[in-house]
Amino acid sequence: MVQRPARFRFLRALRVLRVQGLLSPQDVPLAATVGVLLALFAACAIAFPGFLSPGVARNLLVGNAVLGLVCVGMTFVIISGGIDLSVGAAIGFSGILVASLVQQGWHPLPAFGSALAIGTTGGAAMGTLIHRFALPPFLVTLAGMFLYRGSALMVSERSITIRHPFHRTLAEWGSGPVPPAVVMFVVAAAAGFVVARWTRFGRDVYALGGGEESARLMGVRVAGVKVRVYAISGLCAALAGVAMTLATGAGNATAGHLAELDAIAAVVIGGTPLSGGAGSMVGTVAGVLIFGLIQEAMPRAGVTNSWWFRIAVGGLLLGFVLLQRGLEGRRGRS
Amino acid sequence: MRDTERGKSLRGGRDGSDEAATEWRGTRGARTSHVPYDSALAALRAIGRAAPAAAAVGLLLAFNAAFTPGFFDLTIVDGRLAGSLVDVLNRGAIVALLALGMALVIATGGVDLSVGAVMAIAGAAAATLAAQHGAGAWAAIAGALAVGTAAGAFNGALVAGAGVQPIVATLVLMVAGRGAAQLLTGGQIVTFNDPVLNFIDGGFVAGVPMPVLIGAGALALGLSLTRGTALGLFIEATGDNERAARLAGVRVRTVKASAYMLCGVAAAVAGLLAASDIRAADANNAGLYLELDAILAAVLGGTALRGGRFSLVGAVLGALFIQGLTTTLYLHDVSPNATLAVKAAAVLAVCLAVSERVRVWVWRK
Repeated sequence: MVQRPARFRFLRALRVLRVQGLLSPQDVPLAATVGVLLALFAACAIAFPGFLSPGVARNLLVGNAVLGLVCVGMTFVIISGGIDLSVGAAIGFSGILVASLVQQGWHPLPAFGSALAIGTTGGAAMGTLIHRFALPPFLVTLAGMFLYRGSALMVSERSITIRHPFHRTLAEWGSGPVPPAVVMFVVAAAAGFVVARWTRFGRDVYALGGGEESARLMGVRVAGVKVRVYAISGLCAALAGVAMTLATGAGNATAGHLAELDAIAAVVIGGTPLSGGAGSMVGTVAGVLIFGLIQEAMPRAGVTNSWWFRIAVGGLLLGFVLLQRGLEGRRGRS
Repeated sequence: MRDTERGKSLRGGRDGSDEAATEWRGTRGARTSHVPYDSALAALRAIGRAAPAAAAVGLLLAFNAAFTPGFFDLTIVDGRLAGSLVDVLNRGAIVALLALGMALVIATGGVDLSVGAVMAIAGAAAATLAAQHGAGAWAAIAGALAVGTAAGAFNGALVAGAGVQPIVATLVLMVAGRGAAQLLTGGQIVTFNDPVLNFIDGGFVAGVPMPVLIGAGALALGLSLTRGTALGLFIEATGDNERAARLAGVRVRTVKASAYMLCGVAAAVAGLLAASDIRAADANNAGLYLELDAILAAVLGGTALRGGRFSLVGAVLGALFIQGLTTTLYLHDVSPNATLAVKAAAVLAVCLAVSERVRVWVWRK
């Protein structure tokens, strides 16, 4: 390859950015999300003294690692034009599974492994059903939710404390400088970003969400992509369940209650429309951080009632939905 | 198959007007099922929609006839009907009410995820009005219904007015609704003790429990509203092909908004029942996950998820199937946790049974 002058390389990089959609008008929702995040952060930093401390930043990440992990998988599903309601129950199931396996004398690592394997397989199975029989993702993953929650409660209705030196060491890192849950979230989000933007699979997911029939005509192997999208979501939910056991030191069958709702809300606030075909991992991370910021800011502002949090999230969701709708309308007219 | 793609391409919303004109011709040529009951054939078709739900209920009854002793026994205790069948009807009323509204919304090509949250808000409104503001029972009921209507109007405005995708539009209230309900109750479980409010769920008229009567009344009202007038026809036309319906002169936005408002009112009545049942408003748990049961019941009852057709009788049958399944498992000492797994299997079986792809697949083999 001929080495080009640096100036050309810079221009080419800019063009690549534009082709990748990083500079295009479609990214207005993403820009709005990041803008809201920065504005919220700035407002908090001005209003609450001591908000710019590393401790707050750490809380933001630690408190939302579980939600963030789920959101990474959910982003892929929503970009592909689907939805996954089973993730909350999958958190509960993988958590209680790990706890009960360790209780029966397993080492935590194979226990983690089996939880991740079951989560991935379960997701793939749902994806297969959705694709093979053209079933609505909404109802299939609803069945998955019932199945996970029922199975988790059948394993144990009570919370099981995990007593294992290895698990305890990992859990203790949670209060150290590198909490494992945060590492998992950051790695998953980075991997998700790379896969979504720069791999063939990622492009296939966007194409699938843009229109299944046109994706098929373009040569996308729709079946494989759909199955993998739900498998990724299942894997992420199982990872979130494992992260939950590290955070609480126990497995609980009812963990992850309504997490699917929070995840969908965070992804939509992150600028990924539920109609599929658009969106980004950066936006999702920003959406999760907005969630975290609201949670951090409310007690400081003297609002201790948890319901205001839900109302605020609903309000934000409404704002973003209307914004997206407005942009769609403008694009449709031009 | 072709039908599915047509629906999809239209919902994409990118179509030009001449494409829509073709669609309309296509619709007229291919299907004539949207004539309300003015021919025996159409009536038969409408009954046919409820067939899967009726078959499921029939199977369940047959199972109980064979394996559950005393399932069909009806006794009169203190002048009140009692027995497993009455129990199914009584407890199934809430989901049946939700399913009635949900069927209408789904038929317009939408979905309402907020009904569980609306139940919580309506219950909270009634309880706080009665217990804390000293309002009379009727004022409390009116308040709950007004709140339900307002919630439906909010959803309708987002979907029909702003053109937001129904799942997202109703997700807003699903997320914020419970927060609003807690705001009303101040985060407490507000208890009340009022003869009229208690009567809504616990009362009996001529030996029949009130929820059964309310459910039957709602079904009769819904049937006369949708099949006695042209509203049902308009709803189905809107869901089947929105652009064609608009070109044919249907006020698509009004039709959609009224479907969401009817759904909101139905959810408010369900919320009143749920609150009356425990004589309190529990903002956290009232109607939790019931939106999913309602969608399941409506789909089982022959309402197409992509819109365009509905069956209110089917929706009620679907709700009774879900409740019947729960009661049957309970009578057979199956743990509530295993019930969830059975419910999952039922959801999948229903999906597969109504899936066109499966039908094509089976025929090919």
